[in-house]
Amino acid sequence: MTIIEDTAPVPAPGGSGDAPLLEVRDLHVEFHTREGVVKAVNGVNYNVHAGETLAVLGESGSGKSVTAQAIMGILDMPPARIPQGEILFRGQDMLKMSAEERRKIRGRKIAMIFQDALSSLNPVLSVGYQLGEMFRVHQGLSKKEAKAKAVELMDRVKIPAAAARVDDFPHQFSGGMRQRIMIAMALALEPDLIIADEPTTALDVTVQAQVMDLLAELQREYNMGLILITHDLGVVADVADKIAVMYAGRIVERAPVHELYKRPAHPYTRGLLDSIPRLDQKGQELYAIKGLPPNLLRIPSGCAFNPRCPKAQDVCRTDVPPLYEVTEPDGTPLAGRNSACHFWKETIHG
Amino acid sequence: MPELTTKTADDPVVATAVNAPAAKPEKTRSMWGDAWQDLRGNWVFVVSAVLIVLLIVMAAFPGLFTNADPNDKDLTHYLQHPNYGHFFSADWLGYDGQGRSVYARAIHGTRASLLVGAGTTLVVTLFGGLIGMLSGYFGGWLDAVLSRVTDMFFGIPFLLGAMVMLNSFTDRTIWVVIGALAFLGWTQTARVMRGSVITIKQADYVQAAKALGAGTSRILFRHVLPNAVAPVIVVATISLGVYIGAEATLSFLGLGLNGVSWGNDISDGGNQIRVAQYIMLYPSIMLSITVLAFIMLGEAVRNALDPKMR
Amino acid sequence: MGRYVARRLLQMIPVFIGTTLLIFLMVYALPGDPVRGLFGDKGASPAVLESLRHEYGLDKPVLVQYWDYMQNIVLHFDFGTQIASGRPVTDILGEAFPVTLRLAGLAFLIEATLGILLGVVAGLRAGKAADTAVLFLTLLLISVPVFVLGYIFQTVFAFQLGWLEPSVVDDTDFMQLLMPALVLACASLAYVARLTRTSVAENMRADYLRTAVAKGLPRRRIISVHLMRNSLIPVVTFLGTDIGALMGGAIVTEGIFNIHGVGGTIYESIVRREGTTLVGLVTILVLVYLVMSLIVDLLYAVLDPRIRYA
Repeated sequence: MTIIEDTAPVPAPGGSGDAPLLEVRDLHVEFHTREGVVKAVNGVNYNVHAGETLAVLGESGSGKSVTAQAIMGILDMPPARIPQGEILFRGQDMLKMSAEERRKIRGRKIAMIFQDALSSLNPVLSVGYQLGEMFRVHQGLSKKEAKAKAVELMDRVKIPAAAARVDDFPHQFSGGMRQRIMIAMALALEPDLIIADEPTTALDVTVQAQVMDLLAELQREYNMGLILITHDLGVVADVADKIAVMYAGRIVERAPVHELYKRPAHPYTRGLLDSIPRLDQKGQELYAIKGLPPNLLRIPSGCAFNPRCPKAQDVCRTDVPPLYEVTEPDGTPLAGRNSACHFWKETIHG
Repeated sequence: MPELTTKTADDPVVATAVNAPAAKPEKTRSMWGDAWQDLRGNWVFVVSAVLIVLLIVMAAFPGLFTNADPNDKDLTHYLQHPNYGHFFSADWLGYDGQGRSVYARAIHGTRASLLVGAGTTLVVTLFGGLIGMLSGYFGGWLDAVLSRVTDMFFGIPFLLGAMVMLNSFTDRTIWVVIGALAFLGWTQTARVMRGSVITIKQADYVQAAKALGAGTSRILFRHVLPNAVAPVIVVATISLGVYIGAEATLSFLGLGLNGVSWGNDISDGGNQIRVAQYIMLYPSIMLSITVLAFIMLGEAVRNALDPKMR
Repeated sequence: MGRYVARRLLQMIPVFIGTTLLIFLMVYALPGDPVRGLFGDKGASPAVLESLRHEYGLDKPVLVQYWDYMQNIVLHFDFGTQIASGRPVTDILGEAFPVTLRLAGLAFLIEATLGILLGVVAGLRAGKAADTAVLFLTLLLISVPVFVLGYIFQTVFAFQLGWLEPSVVDDTDFMQLLMPALVLACASLAYVARLTRTSVAENMRADYLRTAVAKGLPRRRIISVHLMRNSLIPVVTFLGTDIGALMGGAIVTEGIFNIHGVGGTIYESIVRREGTTLVGLVTILVLVYLVMSLIVDLLYAVLDPRIRYA
């Protein structure tokens, strides 16, 4: 009985009781360049369960995409190197697997959706070919069967007249339709986990919502885990279960999505929230976090955010803050909440 | 090599030159500044630049390298093999079938090659550049006409055309050879310049200058030309080497320069190839190194201007 | 597509006329007299010269001569008569072309296979030792003029190693044509290798290749289907235009290896001032070039679905 449960854990959306689908532990990624060693990821921990959506939030250069690429195993090594850390998929460390074992997980168990569908799809192959390729390579289907499957997939992501358009090339589709094709390709083999790296950034605002809704709908339908990487707080509010905020290669805050919006526990998160335009602030000057994202060749000592932080004290410049457990003022722990700020108490309650 | 010049616009070496430098025109100064920074640390550039300086000195002052007269015929030295111990003396690299010093001829041949290469490149760059600029900037019927004319000249096989032209002259001076090569060679520069100018023309700052009412000549020479010229310079450097090779090939065919020239010597040496390979070897080495130096220089400059090509 | 082909064919007409007229002018308007050349140094009586000139229409204005010549080509497929032998130029073409076609075809095969192979090896290992080695080799092949290469090959493989015949006795024997073809192919091979290398290295960094990896495709498939399909587009188009260049560029190679093809015939015609033969041969080469560039354009559209001709 217990054995069955171990191999096929009953998914519980948002639940954290059972074993996670994917767990990233103390991951470090660095790039060796002519100018020096760029420390892109410095000890990241997060996990995703089946049916759960984790949003990873951060500016460009925060390490959110690099972490995702490390999970997918598509980093170029060299120049990239993973000196430390584990990436557990269903309890197995993928960093210790052979190249062939990892290849078999890619696309089949973990799939990825990229930001720019136009450049991410092969320009000289028809979308039908590129979709069907998944079935031909991983399941050994014939060309004809694969094409039928491709049409089916295009139908499922709501591309009109799929059968007529299966032989069209990527450039013949609109941006939104292309991103749907990317989603269809990720979905093809019904993977356990999808990583979506800024899936809607390149799209028009109206199309963004449609694509996001489609992604969320399909995720529920297949009960997949979803890692949603974005720099846009607006995108994640409706679809994510929990959020991890990254800064300079570290997670600085972790929280269930609505908690984070209500009560941020890190000055950086607060800054991000304050810089979203709101209707009730009409006429006021929009808040902006001062300064620039850190140079990853020379990450500031102490808390990496200290040069830009309005609340920075001496300790922030000397001591790297650990990821504190966040509690209510009375000491009641807040489930799933962490903050890497020495002054998280003041930030959340003050 | 000259066999290739018939299709130069499609040459990858040259065609890629068109790509990037023009793409970021608003950063002209820093583009050249970055390029210079990059070049100083690039051994390909340093080696080719040193070689070219050495060759120029050799062409200008051959007397610094040898006392022997390249035209001195002394049949007592008929096919006298090299004496490798006698550095830089007349018999160092042996004597040819007419008793002339191979070493002296190798040194003295530099001038003709460099003059033909530089002269042709200069004419081609000025004329082709002008045609390309007019064609690219004004477009319309002028572009249509000039482009067709360019196509017509481009259709003539380079080496064949040069042979036909040079065959009509019995006294083939440097100017005649330059004229023949330039007559056929300008099309490539014109095409590169045209493409480059069309890209620059659409840049915001050119549109802004237009909107502010700047005159055509001001826009052309102040805004368009300085930004469009980078790929043309790269093409010019590379084709300088190519023209030197072409001149040698024409000489080899008996249709090149009268006088001391590597191509002539290689051709002569070809007749003695079974008994005295050194006669052909040394002018060949000089010629190849010269061509190589210019092509390397051009490539180094292109890579510096367009780092993503590496 | 049909309309595009029609438009391109129409555009080809003025270019064809312009190019052939240019060649015609170069042959006939420049100093030199084909009829006088017929008699060499001995000379002939003015009356004889005059009657011969009249017979070949050389006493008419150049433009009239051109008009007559083109009319005969288009209406009767008559390329005129070779003055020296009195035979129709079409006969001479019929003898020379198959030889050059075999040579150029073999060279083309070598160029395509070796060039692409070297380029792919270098491109997949961009920045590594193999890449540098290929880069250096190709630079060398581009810089060493073809006649020098020809002599080196002859000396090494024929005279010293004795593997191959130094010159071609039977031009239907592909073993004998192998060495000349390799020499002819060398420079083009280097260009193909560099073009392939650049293209492969660039596509290696493309987003769609990352997608292919993320799809869990085997490396073999990623390279053969996704990378190659894209990288070879510019290479294939270059190869297309190169066929004509190889045929036109065979002059030197044919001379060194004593092959009696188009190149040899052209060389003879130039030196003997055989206008009709020369113009006929070059006209065919121009046609080959024009047709190939049209085919290449169409091929581009087939290979790259993003390009569609209206």
